[in-house]
Amino acid sequence: MSLSPVDGTALVAIESGGPAGGSRDRRSVGRSPGQLAWLRLRGDRTAFVSGATLVLLVLVAFAAPLIELTYGIGPRDQFQGKLDGFGLPLGHAGGVSGEHFFGLEPGLGRDVFIRLVYGLRTSLFVAVSAAVLTAVIGVVLGTLAGYLGGWVDAVVTWVTDLTLALPFLVVALALIPTLTLRFHGQRDAVPPAFGVGVLIVIFALFGWTGTARLVRGQVIALREREFVAAARASGAGPGHMLFRQLLPNLWAPILVSFSLAVPQFITGEAALSFIGVGLTQETPSFGRMIYQSLAYLQTDPAFVLFPGVTIFALVFAVNLFGDALRDALDPKSAR
Amino acid sequence: MTVGTADEPGPLLRVRGLTKHFPTRGGRRRGGPVRAVDGLDFEVRAGETLGLVGESGCGKSTTGRLLVRLLEPTDGSIEFAGHDLTRAGRRQLRPLRAQLQIIFQDPYASLNPRHTVGRIIAMPLRVSRADPPGGTKARVRELMELVGLNPEHYNRYPHEFSGGQRQRVGIARALATRPRLVVADEPVSALDVSIQAQVVNLLRRLQRDLGLALILIAHDLAVVRHLCQRVAVMYLGRIVEIGDRDDIYERPQHPYTRALLSAVPNVGHLGPAGRLRLTGEVPTPLDPPSGCRFRTRCPKARDRCAVEEPALVRRGGGQATACHFPESGPLRPERGRATA
Repeated sequence: MSLSPVDGTALVAIESGGPAGGSRDRRSVGRSPGQLAWLRLRGDRTAFVSGATLVLLVLVAFAAPLIELTYGIGPRDQFQGKLDGFGLPLGHAGGVSGEHFFGLEPGLGRDVFIRLVYGLRTSLFVAVSAAVLTAVIGVVLGTLAGYLGGWVDAVVTWVTDLTLALPFLVVALALIPTLTLRFHGQRDAVPPAFGVGVLIVIFALFGWTGTARLVRGQVIALREREFVAAARASGAGPGHMLFRQLLPNLWAPILVSFSLAVPQFITGEAALSFIGVGLTQETPSFGRMIYQSLAYLQTDPAFVLFPGVTIFALVFAVNLFGDALRDALDPKSAR
Repeated sequence: MTVGTADEPGPLLRVRGLTKHFPTRGGRRRGGPVRAVDGLDFEVRAGETLGLVGESGCGKSTTGRLLVRLLEPTDGSIEFAGHDLTRAGRRQLRPLRAQLQIIFQDPYASLNPRHTVGRIIAMPLRVSRADPPGGTKARVRELMELVGLNPEHYNRYPHEFSGGQRQRVGIARALATRPRLVVADEPVSALDVSIQAQVVNLLRRLQRDLGLALILIAHDLAVVRHLCQRVAVMYLGRIVEIGDRDDIYERPQHPYTRALLSAVPNVGHLGPAGRLRLTGEVPTPLDPPSGCRFRTRCPKARDRCAVEEPALVRRGGGQATACHFPESGPLRPERGRATA
């Protein structure tokens, strides 16, 4: 998997095997399960709408510097002149105008729209990186446990249970400030990249259990199938077994758990930033913005609304797309 | 190919004391292991077909899986083309595995759903690093034609085929490396009756044309009679009777064989004609009966059967029977041939 955003990864992985290659000769070339899933996905309206929303949001996140250029305002530019004596933006709905699409932040007077654009970038980067790491750890451990069995399986299962028993929020609350203090002094400015990195590592440490369990179960089920026995009877080595026989049958559950992990990490990042242990002050992020906006819930409700709606739209779209993906890959699980 | 020649002395496969015990979980309470296969002795000559019959749970499939070393035997030896399979490492085993292939029962589970049939059939070639003349693809097309599949369907996926066609794919895969012995584990019992006949005839044709030795594991006695020159009857992990087809089918000596054969419904002759009914259940392989394993259900059991385990010996007739009081004579003199 690459570090590309979630829907990009999903589509590319399904497409590989390619409808393009299949259309050469319709009579003699069959449709692979991946192609069939792609066809089902294409026919699904929910998938289309949520996918389009996702593509749009991902494009926005990627093109953030470009948008900044055309918009003419950076995420740290302050417009104190457009705030009144209480620090609240002048004008309607939190200062929405042709110049500031989503208005201004109360207090610092930064532009909400461009901060959301960059916040989207942060959120997607953190969530997708964490989901990729999670998937890699989960797939490696799950496959090893399921395929090798014996004491490897026992150890992996034990570590999984141990990880599941740890309360995520408490550990995150304890670990993040401690790590920050360990590497940066009390008074030093913490670089934004450090906060992002710590967050991704924390998510990956806690998030792999689901994928590992899923993959382990699948591998154990597949291991008993006769096509695996056929490969073993021919003397196939572990490499052939894992990469040729097992992994092609694992792509579907891996993809689905990946796409369902992304929204979980987006809200996770927002939640941690909200309780103040997530990202640093100057990194634009959804959680930070919602946290800041709460103080203005009554005086400037528009400031709560814009980040809230954006994060809702993002998470909703990813979740819907993940569901549609699951239905397309495994039509039997459909309700 | 690399191992052995066609005219080596002795049988192609020689099995001695083959045993497989499965340990039971939390075995402290119940104790012993499941004795799935408990001391089998038999031989298969090159080009010969041996049928392995018996009711469910008697260890037929376990035997098949032991022969291709999908399972590690607890004891005993399997000698194939002069090499001891049970003591060969993975590296020595690989050239032998190419000559010893297996066909599975379930045509839906035995093909990888994510691979094209071309890739599935080519798998043993790839794994054994064989380089057939003309290339792998040509060999696969040749194989597809051999088993009656359209080679044009090379790039299709298993889900696009019917059960019978899938089983043909499984057969083609087993034949890819030109094996000398094929173990067919219930190859037709998952198929429709109308398709069964086609696949059985295909197996018979291939066995004759390619000079294959075939071990057919089946519970369908008609299929075994149609395909096999020799038959071994298993009961609770042991062979109770083994011999030429006609001896076994026409003049069975072991009471179990007689009961098994008499249980075959005769479509042309309905009614309770001379059926030998067995009472009771098959004893658990966790704790098989002492002496003769069949004695708990045998109509002729005496005291001696509980004490002394009968050896598989030949006494008159063409077959060897493990029974102290073997029967003789035809099973049902008035009955016609059992046909499929």
